[in-house]
Amino acid sequence: MTSPDTAPPTPTFPAGGEQEPFQLLAPDGTATQPDALPDPDTRLRLYRHMRRIRHFDERAWVLYRTGRLGVFPPYGGMEASQVGTAAALGPGDWLFPTYRDTGAALTHGLPVAQTLAYWRTSPHGWAMPQDLKVLPFYIPIATQYPHAVGAALAEKRKGTRNVALAYIGDGGSSEGDFHEALNFAGALTVPCVFILQNNGWAISVPTRTQTRAVNLARRADGYGIPGVRVDGNDVLATYVVTRGAVTRARDGGGPTLIETVTYRVKPHTLADDPSRYRTDADNLGWAEKDPILRLRTHLLGEGLLTEDADAALTREIEAEFEAALKEADGYPEPTPAEILDHVFAEPTPQLRRQRAQIEAEEGT
Amino acid sequence: MTATATPTKTMTMVAAINDALALALEADETVHVFGEDVGVMGGVFRATDGLQARFGAERVFDTPLAEAGIVGMGIGMGLAGLKPVAEIQFAGFLYPALDQVLSHLGRYRHRTRGRYHLPMVIRAPYGGGVHTPEQHADSPEAILAHTPGVKVVIPSTPADAKGLLLAAIQDPDPVFFLEAIKLYRSVKGEVPEGHYTVPLGQARVVTQGDDVTVICYGGMVEVAQKAAEAARPHGIGVEVIDLRTLVPLDTETVLASVRKTGRAVVVSEAPRTNGFHSEISATIAEEAIDFLRAPIRRVTGFDAPYPPFTSVEDVYRPSPVRVARAIREVMGY
Repeated sequence: MTSPDTAPPTPTFPAGGEQEPFQLLAPDGTATQPDALPDPDTRLRLYRHMRRIRHFDERAWVLYRTGRLGVFPPYGGMEASQVGTAAALGPGDWLFPTYRDTGAALTHGLPVAQTLAYWRTSPHGWAMPQDLKVLPFYIPIATQYPHAVGAALAEKRKGTRNVALAYIGDGGSSEGDFHEALNFAGALTVPCVFILQNNGWAISVPTRTQTRAVNLARRADGYGIPGVRVDGNDVLATYVVTRGAVTRARDGGGPTLIETVTYRVKPHTLADDPSRYRTDADNLGWAEKDPILRLRTHLLGEGLLTEDADAALTREIEAEFEAALKEADGYPEPTPAEILDHVFAEPTPQLRRQRAQIEAEEGT
Repeated sequence: MTATATPTKTMTMVAAINDALALALEADETVHVFGEDVGVMGGVFRATDGLQARFGAERVFDTPLAEAGIVGMGIGMGLAGLKPVAEIQFAGFLYPALDQVLSHLGRYRHRTRGRYHLPMVIRAPYGGGVHTPEQHADSPEAILAHTPGVKVVIPSTPADAKGLLLAAIQDPDPVFFLEAIKLYRSVKGEVPEGHYTVPLGQARVVTQGDDVTVICYGGMVEVAQKAAEAARPHGIGVEVIDLRTLVPLDTETVLASVRKTGRAVVVSEAPRTNGFHSEISATIAEEAIDFLRAPIRRVTGFDAPYPPFTSVEDVYRPSPVRVARAIREVMGY
């Protein structure tokens, strides 16, 4: 579970045109706006989250290769985009993740064992925790954006200060649901934060083929809501901008669209072959923008992190993952008749008969 | 409805629906009614007339004109603990929202293994018979009934409309509530005052008869009744069954009747191929074929878009004459 800290002073965002994304840390770890940085504890917390979700992503690759995980959409390289946004939420807030946002869900508090079980297609992974407002990863594109608007509207009607945050990719911003959701959210002034992770590719289609728009954040202009471009490989910038939008939403200021400009270093899924559609030249320069390395350099330079503490963090993260893997290994497979569970609160006569059929034929 | 004299009022179906919405809004503050033109205007058919004035613009409100947005936002409202009651202006305008229906509406309980559920009602006028412009008269119930996790309710009387709608709003699962445009103001009936429900999943035997069973719902019930009346002087006893809900489907009432009469005619105004009438026909064939004395007949629309040509609309939409013809055919087989 995340715990929001005191928001740092809101820096001035550049506006209009094809502006450079908002940034607090240069790729070499230098602070470009030192006064706007989150406090040291928050910087360390964000670092820990990024290390933790990268470990999950790397181990997921190995587990997939050895047949111990299903098809998995990796997010390696996008840790700052996912952590900086999800870590800006509080425990009462909603998170609507796409299939590539495992890292965001882990950051919001989805347990590792359950997340592994989800990508193993086990029912134990699909039963979302009762005490956490996170939805299962959405497979269709952009369809959860209107849901986030509705959840945000419900929180507003109930008089809470909770917000809803939803993810989308650059490809998803071509879908009608994206536009309808932004329009509804603006028209109804709901506490919703829309994250558009522009990672350069919708499977094989680059953003420049997807749309003529260069600055996707400016799409917010059409709906009368603020749109902000942020360096999605700079976790501090991503966090500060999202915190600002979350605070604004809590205070009744309405929705915000945040475009995190990042890059999908890895394939679309572990079953994908990106060499068919992109070259080494496309990837050039992105490795040096590694969000974890960037913050690590900064933290070491500031004396907030030591090599020893970093090594201890590695051991802690590995131990957590291995314990979770063991727990997930212990989950039993579903029985055949479980495919008919949870269709309705009470099964219809038709479902009762179909259950009897499965039980007779499958011997369960 | 109990035997003790419940006070009733004569009202149209649209008035009964308005009454049900008002009672639901009054009883449960999580109920929210929204859609295009439902607020100030009270809906194009006035089903939500006066509700915004009475319950406020936070609970009865107009949305931007976007059906996927209406259904999608309602899904989020339901997830987060409200009871959304959305209106789609015409069932033929539902199609932009079908992704939300097919991809999400019926799946939340299943895809979260019960963690979340969707107590959402989507109301939509459907069907022909009143000379609407093109795309206003569609009957898409089979698409909806083919979607797992979604219930489908289609009333044919004012009293049923009120009781079924109150049951739908109380239901913990998503319910499509289709209202036959033809019946909104053309039929009046006695409607009990106050709150009552008609349970989902129970068909209604409209008329009893021993010779042939006519299975229908919504706007086709009065058509079937007229055909049954026409058959009576010829000594043919027609049992008319109003399904009331397609999901859950009351197969027991249908099968019991067909086992008694040995003949079945299924009526709907939807296109013929893959209609819900086909599901009824298949169920009868699977479960009661040994009782049949004649092939099952379907009386339906055609595999063409509902015609916007006023003078020939009645060719498409089943008439009492076409239903009577089917009754004669199964009697003479």
